[in-house]
Amino acid sequence: MADGPVLELQGVSKSFGAVQALDGVDLEVREGEVMALVGDNGAGKSTLIKCVAGIHTIDAGEIRFDGEPVQVSGPKDAAALGIEVVYQDLALCDNLDVVQNMYLGRERLGPLRRLDELAMEQTARETLKGLAVTTLKSVRQTVAGLSGGQRQSVAVAKAVMWNSRVVILDEPTAALGVAQTRQVLDLVKRLGQQGLAVVIVSHNLSDVFEVADRITVLRLGKDVATLRVADTNQQQVVEAITSDAPADRRAGIEVAPA
Amino acid sequence: MIALVLLAILVVFSSLRFDAFASESNIRNILTTASVLLVVAVGMTYVIITAGIDLSVGSVLVFSGVIAAKVMGALGGEGLTAILLGLLACLVSGLGWGILNGLLIARAGIPPLIVTLGTLGMALGSALLLTSGINLRDVPTELTITIGIGRLFGVVPFLVLIATVVTVVAGVALALTRFGRYTYAIGSNEEAARRSGIDVGRHLIKVYALSGLLAGLAGFMSLSRFGTTELAGHQTDNLAAIAAVVIGGTSLFGGVGTIFGTVIGVFIPAVLANGFVILRLQPFWQQVAIGAVLIAAVYFDQLKRRQRERGVTR
Ligand SMILES: Nc1ncnc2c1ncn2[C@@H]1O[C@H](COP(=O)(O)OP(=O)(O)OP(=O)(O)O)[C@@H](O)[C@H]1O
Ligand SMILES: [Mg+2]
Repeated sequence: MADGPVLELQGVSKSFGAVQALDGVDLEVREGEVMALVGDNGAGKSTLIKCVAGIHTIDAGEIRFDGEPVQVSGPKDAAALGIEVVYQDLALCDNLDVVQNMYLGRERLGPLRRLDELAMEQTARETLKGLAVTTLKSVRQTVAGLSGGQRQSVAVAKAVMWNSRVVILDEPTAALGVAQTRQVLDLVKRLGQQGLAVVIVSHNLSDVFEVADRITVLRLGKDVATLRVADTNQQQVVEAITSDAPADRRAGIEVAPA
Repeated sequence: MIALVLLAILVVFSSLRFDAFASESNIRNILTTASVLLVVAVGMTYVIITAGIDLSVGSVLVFSGVIAAKVMGALGGEGLTAILLGLLACLVSGLGWGILNGLLIARAGIPPLIVTLGTLGMALGSALLLTSGINLRDVPTELTITIGIGRLFGVVPFLVLIATVVTVVAGVALALTRFGRYTYAIGSNEEAARRSGIDVGRHLIKVYALSGLLAGLAGFMSLSRFGTTELAGHQTDNLAAIAAVVIGGTSLFGGVGTIFGTVIGVFIPAVLANGFVILRLQPFWQQVAIGAVLIAAVYFDQLKRRQRERGVTR
């Protein structure tokens, strides 16, 4: 288990009508590894994540978990495998409070199938504390009243609260200020150190170079390069993101996975 | 806050005509009159919290009453068996229309307004077809004298008792159970609910089924009280229920609302109507007053929403 990838995509394709959002994408991520997924707007990063999360069904290709082919046909399936996702649009319920959002779909029940609010509140508070999220006034305020960064923190906390093995974050720092970006990046590193497989989408290459072990570049739905952070530089990555042909493969930029 | 409005109305009427307004019989009268609408409005509250709407409730109520009257008539029109099967017929008819609404909304993806406008016509039309437009009166006497006008221990009318039980159970379920939580979540952000693993379609079907079921129960209550199917008497029940729910603070945008609010929202019109009669004012004033309260309630809801949205983008 420790030697093979936890999550592996092979030849994954997905189109929306005439738009080929993903075109034969290969990708893998191992335990304790942070994999960055980069690419221009519309390259297919969010689509890829939604395919792994079971929100979109793939047209072709295979998703493997612990080496076994899996069918992920909904968020429940993904969660059962131990895959958690923080979406780009966060997907929080504005009218629900922080605790209710963190437990949504997985509420704890007490006697008589009543919601066990106290237990949920306690764990939610501990999780937030573990993530060093200290700016929330109350875990019982509705999410509507939170700042962008606070919402982001809640979405991240919601994902890491379950003993997950793969955590996928779609632009987790896009809405954040300097201090909170720092916190989320530290958190991402910590998740990797804790042995989780982490996939992070970001447009900020210095963030990527700070937290990631490897980088997969998507361009127009194709994976045009997979680079080890230790062996590359921002210049090369920018070229891979913007170059016209997938020539980088031929140019030998692609490096075999660790 | 809306509870204070009701309180103020009660105080005003009591101080003007305490003897007539606050008498035991008048209070009982108000409660009994409100109980059928309350049962419908409780179901409507769930629907509106999901950001949906159910226009079909009045027609479903009438349809269920017609089916029950037919069933009880076929069973000789008297006796406990007839009554129980009549009740079952009401509940099953209501549930059936509710599930149909839910399937069309959640599976076929047709907007709730259109679906329930369609079933409003279909249910009422079917009721008229089944009766040739003539009210059925095959209601067992035992039913009207017990459930219809009877009281528990001579004090609490059975209709009020039924409405109370429904309201309390639905209120607890909404506030304290997973079913309630999902109802709020779907109305708040359907996509977020889906991504959190909630089977949104299934839950919506259940919510519309609940609304239909309660409309069916209300049909049975109405049948018991009036001893007739009241084919023409429920054209505006849907609007009355929606108004009650909205006055009670439930947002038409979804995600916000309580059963307690709906109770208040049902009683404000009921008390106004009753008070105006006692004061010998034209009862039509009630419609004017309710219209104004409704608009004010929605205005305050939108004001709150706007303030909150400003807070987010800050
Ligand atoms: N639900 C959808 N229906 C139709 N087209 C879609 C849908 N989702 C994505 N697309 C299209 O698929 C392509 C990839 O979009 P995607 O959101 O995956 O890009 P992205 O790499 O996440 O971009 P960004 O950096 O802007 O977030 C785009 O052309 C987009 O318009
Ligand atoms: Mg994206």
